[in-house]
Amino acid sequence: MVENFVKPKISQLCEQCHSRKAQVKRPKNLQKICKECFYDVFETEIHNTIVNNKLFYPGERVAVGASGGKDSTVLAYILKLLNERYNYGIEIVLLSIDEGIIGYRDDSLATVKRNQQQYQLPLEIVSYKELYNWTMDEIVSCAGIRNSCTYCGVFRRQALDRGAAKLEINHVVTGHNADDMAETVLMNLLRGDVARLEKSTTIMTSSAGSPIKRSKPFKYSYQKEIVLYAHYKKLDYFSTECSYAPEAFRGTARELMKNLEAIRPSCIIDIIHSGENLVLKEKKIKQQFRKTSPKKVINNENDKHHDNKHNEIEIRPDGSVSLNKGGFIDGNRCERCGYLSSNKICKACILLEGLEANRAKIRLDNDTSSDGAAKLTRTLEQLSF
Amino acid sequence: MPVSIKVEFLGGLDVIFESQRYHKLTVPNNEDESPIILKNLIDYIVNNMISDPKDVEVFIENDTIRPGILTLINDTDWELEGEDQYELENGDVISFTSTLHGG
Repeated sequence: MVENFVKPKISQLCEQCHSRKAQVKRPKNLQKICKECFYDVFETEIHNTIVNNKLFYPGERVAVGASGGKDSTVLAYILKLLNERYNYGIEIVLLSIDEGIIGYRDDSLATVKRNQQQYQLPLEIVSYKELYNWTMDEIVSCAGIRNSCTYCGVFRRQALDRGAAKLEINHVVTGHNADDMAETVLMNLLRGDVARLEKSTTIMTSSAGSPIKRSKPFKYSYQKEIVLYAHYKKLDYFSTECSYAPEAFRGTARELMKNLEAIRPSCIIDIIHSGENLVLKEKKIKQQFRKTSPKKVINNENDKHHDNKHNEIEIRPDGSVSLNKGGFIDGNRCERCGYLSSNKICKACILLEGLEANRAKIRLDNDTSSDGAAKLTRTLEQLSF
Repeated sequence: MPVSIKVEFLGGLDVIFESQRYHKLTVPNNEDESPIILKNLIDYIVNNMISDPKDVEVFIENDTIRPGILTLINDTDWELEGEDQYELENGDVISFTSTLHGG
């Protein structure tokens, strides 16, 4: 008998392998497991998500939207690992957007560049400056900090698409995790934004305004486990908040979620489950214009109607834009930049026009939500110079 | 006996600790000679290491570590070690990682 050998208490043993010390308490099911079993279940769950949802096909080229943050860093690492382990046969490329935020994005891009070396994956960086001739720093100094997420969101969506198009890739995967997903469901619920509520948990989306599909392999992965995984595997990630203020409402929703999670950890997956099973009853009058069933032939008159009604911008509070309000008409391109757009002029060009004219006043009309708090949050503060 | 330990502030949490991620420190004895527990360390951090009082709420909520911060005791989730009642030992590594920063 070795005197100073401390035998772990039975309660501390891994509930999976019963041989090593439990180090992780899984938020999903409160299971206590060891590091090795944690790697195993965490990776296998993501593999199952990928396979069950048929996210990839052999030979597909996939761009990982890489910010250098924890989620996308772990995503790049895991995708490479699973691709080799299970022979998905996909080709992985890192795609980063340089918004031009000094002291934030330049540092995080340095992390992505290290990841590129560590994982031996090709990297493409697309900058706002080269695409729009504006950096976020310049935009903020012109349009104010309150609007920063709106501009950044619209520009990033298009920048990711353009970056992917440049690489001739039509599938972008992002590191959105279960917490993000539940947070979005909660936010839409709190705002009464039913139109978005129904779609907010979809794992793979393809906006009609864009030929590029998006998917979220971490849809069911807890933030806590992603951070733990990165910590144990000593992955190199960047963790500084963006210099420009995050959206207040999302922050509050996040806080609420973290507090709920502390009491009942499964609530994150439960909220996603609720979101997935939520089906809205159809709106009768408004829906007629939005729905473009295959049978319905769009005639010129309808087209005009679409134009009038849908030329207005709709910018979501999470920064993304709705590109498809009236049914996307194939081959429609922005008159200014030639980018695919269901409107005459794409959202980015409208925002750019505003910037060029040195005004930050943007009307957010054509909102899917009714008047009230939901609409109010989308109405940006007017600024004058 | 005071305990000497290592403390890590990760995931962006270092901003409230003068951007220092790794700290070696000694937690002094309790006045009543009771064992030094993690709660004592938390109090020590709040009282001695957070320079701006406004930053305390980044770290603490309702008298404990704020939800969203992952606390590990020698790489083990503190929930498996008795949370703030854990008795500190010399050489322990306690890490606090914020999970809230952008992905």
